[in-house]
Amino acid sequence: MLSRTADNLYWLARYVERAEYLARILEATQRITAMPLAYVGETNEWASAVATAGCSGAFFAAHEEANEETVTEFLAFSTANPSSILNCFEVARSNARAIRTALTVEMWDAINTTWLELKRFGNRPQSRDEFARFLRWVQESSLRFDGSAYRTMLRNDAYWFSRIGVYIERADNTARILDVKYHLLLPEDEHIGGPLDYYQWAGILRSVSALTAYHWVYRESLKPWLVADLLILKDQLPRSLSSCYENLVQNLDRIANAYGRQGPAQRQARAVRTKLQNSRMEEIFGEGLHEFIGGFIADNNRLGEAIRQQYLA
Amino acid sequence: MRIRISHETVYRYDQPAGGVIQTLRLTPRNHVGQFVVDWRIDVSENCELAQHEDAFGNIVHTFNADGPFTELRVLAEGEVETQDTGGVVRGTIERFPESLYLRETPLTRLDPAIAEFARAASAAAGGGALKALHGLLARLHGEMAFDTDPTHPATTAAEAFAMKRGVCQDLTHVFIAAARSLGVPARYIGGHFHRNDGVVAQEAGHAWAEAFVPDLGWVAFDPANGISATDAHVRVAVGLDYLGAAPVRGTRTGGAGEALTVAVQVAQAGRQMQS
Amino acid sequence: MPVRLAFDEMKGADGTVRPAYSELADWLKDIRPDTLDHRRQEAELLFRRIGITFAVYGEADAQERLIPFDVIPRILSAGEWDTLRRGLEQRVRALNMFLRDIYTRREVLRAGIVPDDLVFQNPVFRPEMNGQKVPHDIYVHIAGIDIVRVDADTFYVLEDNARTPSGVSYMLENREIMLRLFPELFARHRIAPVENYPDELLATLTSLAPDSAPGDPTVVLLTPGVYNSAYYEHSFLADKLGVELVEGRDLFVKGGVVYMRTTQGPKRVDVIYRRVDDDFLDPLAFRPDSGLGVAGLMSAYQAGNVTLANAVGTGIADDKAIYSYMPEILKFYLGEEPILKNVPTWRCREPDALAYVLDHLEELVVKEVHGSGGYGMLIGPTADKAQIASFRTKLKLDPKGFIAQPTLALSTCPTCVDAGVAPRHVDLRPFVLTGRDRIRIVPGGLTRVALKAGSLVVNSSQGGGTKDTWVLDR
Repeated sequence: MLSRTADNLYWLARYVERAEYLARILEATQRITAMPLAYVGETNEWASAVATAGCSGAFFAAHEEANEETVTEFLAFSTANPSSILNCFEVARSNARAIRTALTVEMWDAINTTWLELKRFGNRPQSRDEFARFLRWVQESSLRFDGSAYRTMLRNDAYWFSRIGVYIERADNTARILDVKYHLLLPEDEHIGGPLDYYQWAGILRSVSALTAYHWVYRESLKPWLVADLLILKDQLPRSLSSCYENLVQNLDRIANAYGRQGPAQRQARAVRTKLQNSRMEEIFGEGLHEFIGGFIADNNRLGEAIRQQYLA
Repeated sequence: MRIRISHETVYRYDQPAGGVIQTLRLTPRNHVGQFVVDWRIDVSENCELAQHEDAFGNIVHTFNADGPFTELRVLAEGEVETQDTGGVVRGTIERFPESLYLRETPLTRLDPAIAEFARAASAAAGGGALKALHGLLARLHGEMAFDTDPTHPATTAAEAFAMKRGVCQDLTHVFIAAARSLGVPARYIGGHFHRNDGVVAQEAGHAWAEAFVPDLGWVAFDPANGISATDAHVRVAVGLDYLGAAPVRGTRTGGAGEALTVAVQVAQAGRQMQS
Repeated sequence: MPVRLAFDEMKGADGTVRPAYSELADWLKDIRPDTLDHRRQEAELLFRRIGITFAVYGEADAQERLIPFDVIPRILSAGEWDTLRRGLEQRVRALNMFLRDIYTRREVLRAGIVPDDLVFQNPVFRPEMNGQKVPHDIYVHIAGIDIVRVDADTFYVLEDNARTPSGVSYMLENREIMLRLFPELFARHRIAPVENYPDELLATLTSLAPDSAPGDPTVVLLTPGVYNSAYYEHSFLADKLGVELVEGRDLFVKGGVVYMRTTQGPKRVDVIYRRVDDDFLDPLAFRPDSGLGVAGLMSAYQAGNVTLANAVGTGIADDKAIYSYMPEILKFYLGEEPILKNVPTWRCREPDALAYVLDHLEELVVKEVHGSGGYGMLIGPTADKAQIASFRTKLKLDPKGFIAQPTLALSTCPTCVDAGVAPRHVDLRPFVLTGRDRIRIVPGGLTRVALKAGSLVVNSSQGGGTKDTWVLDR
């Protein structure tokens, strides 16, 4: 398979995943900022959303203040922000277009329809209601694309590269939320916020669509350290770092088997996977949650680079 | 004259280059009045230099070098024995009838200004291709100033002529366009020139033109110096324009921030060269 | 000279239905106009659907750029096709011999058949190809020869497309759509299939692999990329051939061999069906600013390690200035009379011809030697005074730049138009494949139709449409 084709598949999946993540962040932020201050405290949730999206630098270069208007515009519709939802779908579709014949009809339909419908949102939503509908549409579109890939693609290297794109992106996204919100998730004795943070924890879970999952896994009320445990170590949660790496290792192994050769990408993925498997929350807290997450993001980037060098360049 | 030439091209990269592919037209051949005593090409990175002959009879080397490296040197050096032939070039490899060299190329496209210049120079010189060409040579040398600043390798004859300045490449392009407009086949020669003022180090190779004169054959005209070629000229490559005779053409992957320097030394053999 | 009444392929010269069309004529008689109209809309929908899910043109005009499709097929009898096939084979054999000669011994010039300057000063002659050995001595592997018809027996070659002819995807898709829309009409005929074209193309390309290639050669299709107007065809063909659709940046040259970058490391490439023009193929040999090509490709080609289909420099064979010499060229190499005639052509470079052309501009079609796609052309009988005057000036300024031909009464075929079914002018582009082993031509080709009443311009860029072309098996 052409390296460029694999590269297009990989980034196509990453951008669709990223669009969904941005929509979730915006949705969660909207929800939390709609609450009375007494419940959530005086934090700038919009600035936090920009940080979670990983584009504070670009944002504050263009805007002085992070508020609902500027952040919504920047994360959802800005053409100047290469990672806005609009640009994510734009880039996803141009990746798809370049490898039209490597996609199934259903996948092409899904991404192309999304792109065509997106043109309709060219006029910015006029109200919060409309915007909320837009965010739901983004998530549905992503789901439709993901589902069409899952249901229609041949299980060969094309599929595996596209899955790898999904999981690298997802791991990065989950880690970014943790990176921005880690101070809310420290264990009881270190924790300084108190019950005010309850809605923040719920917001984090919502960003990774894990609020219901939390209750199924722990069967108790929200505890910040359990939220961290869920997002980092619980294999059952599809957006946990651990689950992402479970999948990355699996898909990279399939490629290695098919090609009869493995390399740095497989070794790197296994090393991270092992680290996650052998970690326990107490140790992570002991060594510092923030440092742990920072290390993970760097590891995940290294894997991305290893995959690029080994397969995509 | 026995001329010793060293032509070194050095690339330096801020970011390491991942790989380079180049074609080199750096190797002179023998013809009447020019004998290559010895010649070698050396590339600083491990690579295989594949040699072949292009459609115009030039010796071409192609090589790939795998990075990463932050510097690449390509050196051509050797000794050539020359004799003055009064500018007449015989015994070269000719794969085409001379009429091929009436072709226009993007770099030598004729514009009204050059056409008018050629017409006037030819008319003033009086009958015959040879006289016309000498007239052209003298006028061009007089009217266009040698200046390394305003032009670059992709400058066209018309652009350079409009500025009335340029390097030997530009003057040669104008000469070629003008000669062709008079129905005289003309071509581009890349090579080296031994200066008689004792200056050995040069910043680039030299370029001049050859034009086809009935009964005489190919005659070399050097518009930058305003003379016909002499035994101080070492002829390396021939083409329809600079691109066809370019000493080095290449591409690379990676290697952002490329800086290129060319160091040429042309001296009489046997004399010491400043290094 | 007014345009003569055109020959209608269904009704013939005398108005009686010609045998090849008898079934179609009956069917057209029976079919209700609204059924035909319905089918027409259905075809349009199918194309749009393919267009949306398949065709990808430039962003803005993604949907507008559908070429109109006419649902009434154009029919050729087995006998007519046999003549065409033999004529096409002969023509393409001559084109290949001409190219080989031009780039090696140049006997055709020495014999004075073609003037030197038409070759050496022609921008489409590639000096770089001089003396260059090409694998198996074949230059034009895929040719699209444009044919027009003027009466029951006379087919003219209008143009030899020997560079990167396009349109074959329409030939294949038109047939698919027709099979879906009119199964009944198909059942009433015996129509030679065209669907094997991709197989024939692959067999041709594979046969052309250089001798240094491994036993199972790797073929790729090189496209300029998604922004090229024929990108849809490139991806369509690569898909049908089962070969990689590559861009220049997917390939690299090392040690005189071409490789493609794959997820399993570099893979050797042996045959490149390239849809990138000569100028852009290799920045080290041609335009240095080309980002579409492969650096060093020509060195691999010269080393004999890769086949380019078509070869570099084939433009000299389909050049309009050379065209008028083709009958003599063909006789020179093959010692045969051309089966397919040339359109009579005045070479404006010749003073007598120029004088005649200037006197008869109102009757003639004048073409720029280096124009294409129906641009840079004067159609005398339909031109206004200003256009004629402007061409007169252009001609006097640069006679060498033009040729002139009589305004041909191109044959017509029944075509669906707003007012019902009416005759419209057509041409035909069959595709001729030349492999190491043999020449392959699938029976049929792309029929282009001028949808405007009386119009002779069939180019899709100027409002032409296409039809399915049926060759009857007997």
